[in-house]
Amino acid sequence: MEPVNPSSMQAIDCDIHPAVPSTRALLPYLDEYWREHILRRGLEADNLELSAFPVNADLNSRPDWRPARGIPGSDFDLLRSQVLEPFQSRFAICNVLHGAQAMFSEDLSAALCRAINRWVAAEWLDRDPRLRASIVVPPHSADLAAEEIDRCASDPRFVQVLMLELTELPLGRRQNWPIYAAAERHGLPVGIHAGSSFRHPPSGLGWPSFYLEDYVSFAPGFGAVLNSLVTEGVFVKFPKLKVVLIESGVTWLPAYLWRIDKTWRGVRAETPWVDRLPSEIIREHVRLTIQPFDEPPEQSQVQTLIEQIGSDEMLLFSTDYPHWHFDGIEAMPNGLPPDLIKKILIDNPLATYPRLS
Amino acid sequence: MSRHVVAAVGEIAPGTCKLVTVKGREIGVFNVNNEFFALINRCPHQGAPLCRGEILSRLVSKSPGQYELTHRGEMLRCPWHCWEFDIRTGQSWCEPDSVQARTYAVEIEPGSELAKGPFAAETVPVAIEQDYVVITV
Ligand code: FES
Repeated sequence: MEPVNPSSMQAIDCDIHPAVPSTRALLPYLDEYWREHILRRGLEADNLELSAFPVNADLNSRPDWRPARGIPGSDFDLLRSQVLEPFQSRFAICNVLHGAQAMFSEDLSAALCRAINRWVAAEWLDRDPRLRASIVVPPHSADLAAEEIDRCASDPRFVQVLMLELTELPLGRRQNWPIYAAAERHGLPVGIHAGSSFRHPPSGLGWPSFYLEDYVSFAPGFGAVLNSLVTEGVFVKFPKLKVVLIESGVTWLPAYLWRIDKTWRGVRAETPWVDRLPSEIIREHVRLTIQPFDEPPEQSQVQTLIEQIGSDEMLLFSTDYPHWHFDGIEAMPNGLPPDLIKKILIDNPLATYPRLS
Repeated sequence: MSRHVVAAVGEIAPGTCKLVTVKGREIGVFNVNNEFFALINRCPHQGAPLCRGEILSRLVSKSPGQYELTHRGEMLRCPWHCWEFDIRTGQSWCEPDSVQARTYAVEIEPGSELAKGPFAAETVPVAIEQDYVVITV
């Protein structure tokens, strides 16, 4: 099969990562009080990047996308020439990953998230009509997060709420529900991106020694996220909510669904609100971005995997720019059936993000 | 199809089950609040002796944190993988459309009727003044 060229269809890129170049860049977008707070503490000298993405980690940027200076993803012109133009995307959704999402202080976290959302609107969305963004929120304060969602939702270019995968509290817990209530109220899916508060290990085993160990642990971590969302009853409480797993990998999903279904049949009485197969709930409410896909060795196995996933509505096109998962424009896994390709590139994103239509 | 007298009514207390063998088949006869039902003693999932499972209620919920106990004593939980079955219908709770335990029609007949026959009384001696559980297999 020929590699798919997403540019021929004007795809919708559901995951790109503009980066805050430095905390100084956020100063004009901070509330006056917090600007002074940050300057008094000297925090502007720290870039406050999430420690999953140390600037020089190889996977953090494709070699040909790495800028001569500065943080990958922080230059608008480069982003335009490296991803918007080659892929001819009709929309691309900016997911800003930043230490604001991991901060202990709920108020400082909220202040920085507000600044990031203003910054992304002014420095990115205003500069290119194809760009859309996720609302960055202080995940450890659901009330402040909901306030920020309410504030940003009046700008239709914000199409999603962004959370990190492994936070202090399993994401399904009731303390987080104000976030889901706000998201549902405004027709915004909740995007859950690989990442953590980075003060607890990525798996229950404890801290890993190596990058390989650490990075790979994030894929099974998404299974834990789904366990939490399903068993706590988030999708029963918020029946219109959609969740998008971003940079989660895809091919772990079928085995995960078999396991949760099988176990549910025997222990379902413990969580009686989960009153149908978890796989059905997940197929209805959960979407996954396509990069990284974690492709099997043979194209024919891709077809099998798609059948096992059991839905043609779950996958959304993404490049994960500037992270390095593929070369050239071969962002789509080989071996996908043609009907599915169009759904992944266009129809599924449109169905998932009502604000894109 | 033939009708079989499998127990005197008083023999199976509410909330319990009597295992009988009819035509070589093991069948559980349940008294659910003085209504009688019969299920094959073989789980449609993987063949466990279903009727030896626990008799329970149905735990349901409309919303997380809301708990409701219904169908008191009307559910049977398979001893192997804990799937729940409706004793009345044999229907599986988790796979209602595809998994169902075989049920048998049950009737209560007075001994005076039974004496007229023709019934296969199996091992149950019939007295005119008692009522009996009769299943059709
Ligand atoms: S054999 Fe009965 S649930 Fe598996």
